[in-house]
Amino acid sequence: MKKPMKKPSKSPAFLPVLTAASCTALLAVPAAHAADKLKVGMLSTLSGAGAGLGVDIRDGFALAVKHNGGKLGGLPVETVVADDQQNPEVAKQSAERLLKRDKVDVMTGIVFSNVMLAVGPGVFAAQVPYVSANAGPSQYAGEQCNPYFFNVAWQNDNLHEAIGKTVMDKGFKKVVVLAPNYPAGKDAVAGFKRYYKGAVADEIYTKLGQLDYAAELAQARAAKPDAMYIFLPGGMGINFIKQFVGAGLSKDITLFGPGFSADEDVIKAVGEPMLGMFNSSHWAHDLDNPANKRFVADFVKEYGRLPSLYASQGYDAAQLIGAAVRDVKGKVEDRPALLKALKAAKFDSVRGPFRFNHNQYPIQDYYLRVITKDAQGRVTNRTLGRIFEQHADAYAPQCKMK
Amino acid sequence: MDAILIAEQALNGLQFGLMLFLLAAGLTLVFGIMDLINLAHGSLYMVGAYLAAAAIAAGASFLVAVLAAIAGTALLGMALEVTLLRRLYQRDHLSQVLATFALILMLNEGVRMIWGEQPLMLNTPASLSGPVELLPGLMYPAYRLLIIGVGLAVAVALYLLVTRTRWGMWVRAGASNRAMTTAMGVPADRLFTAVFGVGAALCALAGSLLGPLLAVQVGMGESILILAFVVIVIGGIGSIRGALVGSLLVGLVDTGSRTLLPAALRQVASPELASTLGPSIAAILIYVLMAAVLFWKPRGLFPARG
Repeated sequence: MKKPMKKPSKSPAFLPVLTAASCTALLAVPAAHAADKLKVGMLSTLSGAGAGLGVDIRDGFALAVKHNGGKLGGLPVETVVADDQQNPEVAKQSAERLLKRDKVDVMTGIVFSNVMLAVGPGVFAAQVPYVSANAGPSQYAGEQCNPYFFNVAWQNDNLHEAIGKTVMDKGFKKVVVLAPNYPAGKDAVAGFKRYYKGAVADEIYTKLGQLDYAAELAQARAAKPDAMYIFLPGGMGINFIKQFVGAGLSKDITLFGPGFSADEDVIKAVGEPMLGMFNSSHWAHDLDNPANKRFVADFVKEYGRLPSLYASQGYDAAQLIGAAVRDVKGKVEDRPALLKALKAAKFDSVRGPFRFNHNQYPIQDYYLRVITKDAQGRVTNRTLGRIFEQHADAYAPQCKMK
Repeated sequence: MDAILIAEQALNGLQFGLMLFLLAAGLTLVFGIMDLINLAHGSLYMVGAYLAAAAIAAGASFLVAVLAAIAGTALLGMALEVTLLRRLYQRDHLSQVLATFALILMLNEGVRMIWGEQPLMLNTPASLSGPVELLPGLMYPAYRLLIIGVGLAVAVALYLLVTRTRWGMWVRAGASNRAMTTAMGVPADRLFTAVFGVGAALCALAGSLLGPLLAVQVGMGESILILAFVVIVIGGIGSIRGALVGSLLVGLVDTGSRTLLPAALRQVASPELASTLGPSIAAILIYVLMAAVLFWKPRGLFPARG
């Protein structure tokens, strides 16, 4: 174990030298760096059980760049892709490399909130804007809100608040909730309970990344609920739903989940057993607006699969960055102007109307979807209606930013 | 805490324990007979799972896929034994650990090159995807029952193989005194290759059966390997019986503590605290069990060597 440890410990010693060298280079030719290209650091989860999520963000982002002719806001784009392996420590090292060696102008891509919270401080200290295409931890929405952090997806609680309201409105009385034991899992349950006021028969927390749910399913069966709410991103949700159906629980218990537990990646893996599952989302592939129609059609053409909400978030992240770069006329090194342009969010989101709250998290609509068969016999989501209109997150009042 | 919940959790523990046994059986024989610490044992489990997934992707039925995985992995295991591991028997344990650790890295990277970074998701065969009502009110997934059945059948078959056949006698003799066994004219080379092949086949069986319950992914072998080592230390190195008892103990303790502990803790603490403490204590409990066994029986429950 000793040898590999030595290498990373060497590089920090060189870093001051490197940064000093690059600083003088910058001083010598201040204008040359400005407008030749835009470097985007795409740090995402591309391996392990959460990989499907990161891949969709990456592909959605790439499609937006392609739609703009390889440019964003008029600047040619170079996307530096790195895998965080869903591991905060790995992510911190990769982020360091993106910031110091590749000198990216803007960063995006992180899926998991625990990874985001580990990477955030370094990115903010380097004064590089971070446009989150998924992770929306409550910390960065409330007291620790930061002028360099923009969330173009949703605050972690939002989809869960929407489902909480739905479960309440549909008259379910006894619910079991299940979430992994990590920051976003806690946010999810808090959000659900903010709008669901009935009885919670059991609150089960599992290890993040757990794949076998036999013990938890037995526990849920013993609690005899009429509905069950799960927050299990990626492969965790895929396995859970398969095992939920396999254990025969789907007959007596209605399953609810946030949009990403019932999106294309999960549907592809689970298939027909998912029919009838209700879920909440800020986006759906059948939303009727021109930007969305083009996005969905071209995504299917390019990648041969329907996009998930992660893909839509990756696409919107690129469109937001593009709009901001366009509005500062390519002068991305003018940070105050760039931040202002990002906050203005003058782009056509595939979800329809979109704007930032003062904490730089979205104010947007949330929809109820159900998994059905579409006209072509594909198992997919259908939008049933709005749950929330122009909904903001609950943490914004604690954010001191204007 | 009703009886049905306890019964269901006991079945879950049994299912997990039997899968651990498939891994531990091969590991304990290799360790006991050839005195080889094979860290790459978990990688064979991974290779087995990937071979099954590849066979299913190529259109094979589940049964054919499992058989193909077993055959392929057994061949790989025997090839590794003949070309590489055979040279390590005379070396000290540190060289063995280094060489087999290198093997882990190579196999992981190889799998990554062939099948990519993303995990493969397998489905349970359609005929087994539903539940079975064992007792009134006690529903249990058919697929997990199949796993329990296969695990028990393999345990019995291994027991008969080791206690009733000539090869089994050689294996037992090799585990208790290797030098004397070879001196008595047992064909050690062929025996070792065969034992290694059987160990690899059991790995592949576990990997392909667990594939639909977990995810087939790079690195899946390492996490389970540690538990397999705990099992063989508890059971006594070289002993099939010890591996079986150790696996069932670890399976039941792990499953039981994962649900019963949080439930008990919830009586005295908040759900978040209970669910944070619960799994951590559950994870420790297995090692507490191991420490307790080692304290009273330093050679494990059923030591093979006198």
